[in-house]
Amino acid sequence: MSRPGDASASRVAEGAALGVRLREGDSGAAAAALNLIEDRSVGGREASRALLEEVSPRVLGGEAGGHLIGVTGPPGAGKSSLLSALVASWRDAGRSVAVLAVDPSSKRSGGSLLGDRARIEHDPGDDGVLIRSTAAGTRLGGLAAPTREAATALAPVFDVVVIETVGVGQSETDVAEVADTVAVVVQPGSGDTLQFLKAGIMEVPDVLVVTKADLGDTAVRAKRDLATALSALGSRGTPVLSVSSVPPPQGIDELSAALDAHRVTVDLPVARARARRLTALADFIAEHGERGLRSLGGRRSATRLLDNEGAALGVPALVSVLERRARSSSLQL
Amino acid sequence: MRTYAGHSSAKESNALYRNNLSKGQTGLSVAFDLPTQTGYDPDHELSRGEVGKVGVSVAHKGDMHALLDEIPLDAMNTSMTINATAAWLLALYMAVAEENGVDRNALSGTTQNDIIKEFLSRGTYAFPPEPSMRLIADMIAFTVDEVPKWNPINICSYHLQEAGATPVQEIAYAMSTAQAVLDRVRDRVPAETFPRVFGRISFFVNAGIRFVEEHAKLRAMGRLWEQLGRERYGVEDERFLRFRYGVQVNSLGLTEAQPENNVIRIALEALGVTIGRDARARALQLPAWNEALGLPRPWDQQWSLRIQQILAFETDLLEYPDIFEGSKVMDGLVDELLEGSRAEMAVVAEHGGAVQAVDYMKTQLVESHRARIGAIEQGELKVVGQNVFTSTEPSPLREGEDAGIMTVDAKVEQEQIDAVLEWRAARDQSAVDQALQALEVVARDESMNIMPATLEAARAGATTGEWAGVLRGVFGEYRAPTGVSDAAAPLAASEALTDLQDRVERVSEALGRRIKILVGKPGLDGHSNGAEQIAVRARDSGMDVVYEGIRLTPARIAATAVQEGVHVVGLSILSGSHRELIPDVVAALRERGVDVPVVVGGIIPPADEREMLADGVARVYTPKDFEITRIMGDIVDLVAERHGVTAGAT
Repeated sequence: MSRPGDASASRVAEGAALGVRLREGDSGAAAAALNLIEDRSVGGREASRALLEEVSPRVLGGEAGGHLIGVTGPPGAGKSSLLSALVASWRDAGRSVAVLAVDPSSKRSGGSLLGDRARIEHDPGDDGVLIRSTAAGTRLGGLAAPTREAATALAPVFDVVVIETVGVGQSETDVAEVADTVAVVVQPGSGDTLQFLKAGIMEVPDVLVVTKADLGDTAVRAKRDLATALSALGSRGTPVLSVSSVPPPQGIDELSAALDAHRVTVDLPVARARARRLTALADFIAEHGERGLRSLGGRRSATRLLDNEGAALGVPALVSVLERRARSSSLQL
Repeated sequence: MRTYAGHSSAKESNALYRNNLSKGQTGLSVAFDLPTQTGYDPDHELSRGEVGKVGVSVAHKGDMHALLDEIPLDAMNTSMTINATAAWLLALYMAVAEENGVDRNALSGTTQNDIIKEFLSRGTYAFPPEPSMRLIADMIAFTVDEVPKWNPINICSYHLQEAGATPVQEIAYAMSTAQAVLDRVRDRVPAETFPRVFGRISFFVNAGIRFVEEHAKLRAMGRLWEQLGRERYGVEDERFLRFRYGVQVNSLGLTEAQPENNVIRIALEALGVTIGRDARARALQLPAWNEALGLPRPWDQQWSLRIQQILAFETDLLEYPDIFEGSKVMDGLVDELLEGSRAEMAVVAEHGGAVQAVDYMKTQLVESHRARIGAIEQGELKVVGQNVFTSTEPSPLREGEDAGIMTVDAKVEQEQIDAVLEWRAARDQSAVDQALQALEVVARDESMNIMPATLEAARAGATTGEWAGVLRGVFGEYRAPTGVSDAAAPLAASEALTDLQDRVERVSEALGRRIKILVGKPGLDGHSNGAEQIAVRARDSGMDVVYEGIRLTPARIAATAVQEGVHVVGLSILSGSHRELIPDVVAALRERGVDVPVVVGGIIPPADEREMLADGVARVYTPKDFEITRIMGDIVDLVAERHGVTAGAT
């Protein structure tokens, strides 16, 4: 007779084993790891913590090497076509790529249609490209906890990990919490972005991309307007790039170079530690809700609590910190 | 009078045509296989299982010679169902006529050449929208003087109805397509030629079972067409303003259950488009009674031809002037359709015209189709033998050894592959290379017409795949919108759907994450209407759905299943290539270590179904399984069973 604990122990062992494989750069473990990370059952979460612990900087001996890039922008801006071209360019340069495509559709039934991967061209026989579609989580914690954790888990395996989200205003803030570099993608003539930037509704991104350069004058004008708005906001350093995904693609290599150039300017240990803390908080909220957050004294005090922890701590360890504190301050949890 | 025909090799199809012509058929209607329609040679990876399947494989001039052997081209009206590669097939036809000593002025016929409806419904596109429209405009500009009896384009409202269009949508989207084409041709021909161009545009319309309304639809289209000609394009000559159209009667409404009833449906639909002289179809094609079962045999096609002959020669149909003249009811119906169509055309125009509105129109069609299917499931729309009057005596029509359908010999594919390899080895390679290089130069220069260089490549012996390959290189690849992402949530969930949502929720909870399904269409079959409905319903029942659209290789489906971590894979296939492709997909999945249930939907004969189930497919659904919610319930059960969790009420 097997005891109930056995199943759970074996899942934890499975999670740890997957984490070890990821740490060693085995992309074959990636899909199974994502299945586990998305599993919100009690057993699944225990296993997923074991997995994430194996890829924490504490165990890795430093930050994972993959470049976490957020790509966001309004629907129809041409993100998927742009990603097709970028993926091809990265592959040509010998870099492996994972794309986490977050789909905004989450209808009454709870189901969603994940259509993005269809629009990102790639060679299905190429193991150096992984595309995973996920439904957006609740707005409560911004970007869904599994997506944040997935990005963390894939960073040791893939040279580039893209988190693709849809929207203007909140989406780049959400994705900035996880990504090393955020690129906002807009199409010419989308005055919204310009207004949002000016009004401060939208944060200044690391790289601004104007698509459909093949439109000629319209694209040139859009690029100029955005550059003017950015410099008026005092952000002279933000590159504004014009690209076209229509063959022959234009501006893709320049964009790729601009993304790399930004990465160099990031203090990775600090940025990643912050990302892990926010991920831990999102995970905690996904599990324990507003009530759990109240028992920590609110978001700000929870953040402070995490800020005091070691920078190399992985997400599971940070979640444990929050859960221990919540338990000690409220017996209800 | 003709039947849409063609299968396997050019030689076999030629024998079939000559047989049909001897039975009183007066023209040819050529069906090409999917590789030919989408611009791939028989030896391309995507062609697997499709060579010679839904039509004839024509890979080069030699195949076209064999196809037309001993058929007098100067006396023949040839209709070719060809779109993305229409310019190429017309060039092959012209090259063969040339070598047979027939003057191109004597060639008459039609190339379908309506790419918009390929994006919306039929799926055999090859290039992105703008370059595709350029090819069409080039062909029209070329043929109007060079092949004056040729109808270069046949705008198809037919496939829109198959994709779920209401009569208003069918009219509006077809007319908007015509407008998009004409706007582009206007820039490419001299002003004095343009009225003749307008006069060469013809339509291919559907005839559904609501045959009174369908007749009104045709009258409305005639009125709109004339108005478009006069007001938008300034055409004044009456001859050019006439609405010219052919009809294929509806296949969508043909049932797998009690298939003999389809003969009556077909006859009524044929009556609807011939009954009033003012809107009588100029050409009529009837499907076979057993299309929902598999490939029709020659006898089945003969039966359809006889329906037309009875209508024309036994009834008094053709003896009177227009019998609806002065009918208040008919005029009222026509006015209603005109009003609706004009409003919908205005919406398309707001999107920037038919090309820019492809996404919008596709979403509308998916919605309409969803409403139609929902009504059949709920019993609001009655389909005799399917959702009412379903008890039946055994049908003697399906008792023959072949179970009432024809199958294509799997050998054909290998023979065609060998033949194209042989063809490439035997030709003058440097002439081909030169012709293809010249084609590329022309393709890059939008001011040039693609036809002369295409004709040169046809003469030199280039292949279908090479011609399309050069253009893909210049124009890029394209995936059409699936129309499902924007599908609205169901307005009112039925009790069955609510119950299903509860089960999906329970199983998802037990699994730890939401049930995730991959809906895939392997091969070149572009008829995605069924797959789209499955995808939308799966979403409505609460699943996460990965849908990548059409034209997927088994390798891509397997890679997606792994990367997306799906719990179940649903495959849809209607082209008859399931016998090759389904085992390929299952093998690719197993090779990748994906051990999830695979369900299949399509036009699948019982013998094939048994074989698939034995090979590890979990469920097979055919057109008789029209209750999608029930199919979804099965899928939930399969997932639950595979993971040892319970889906039942607790």
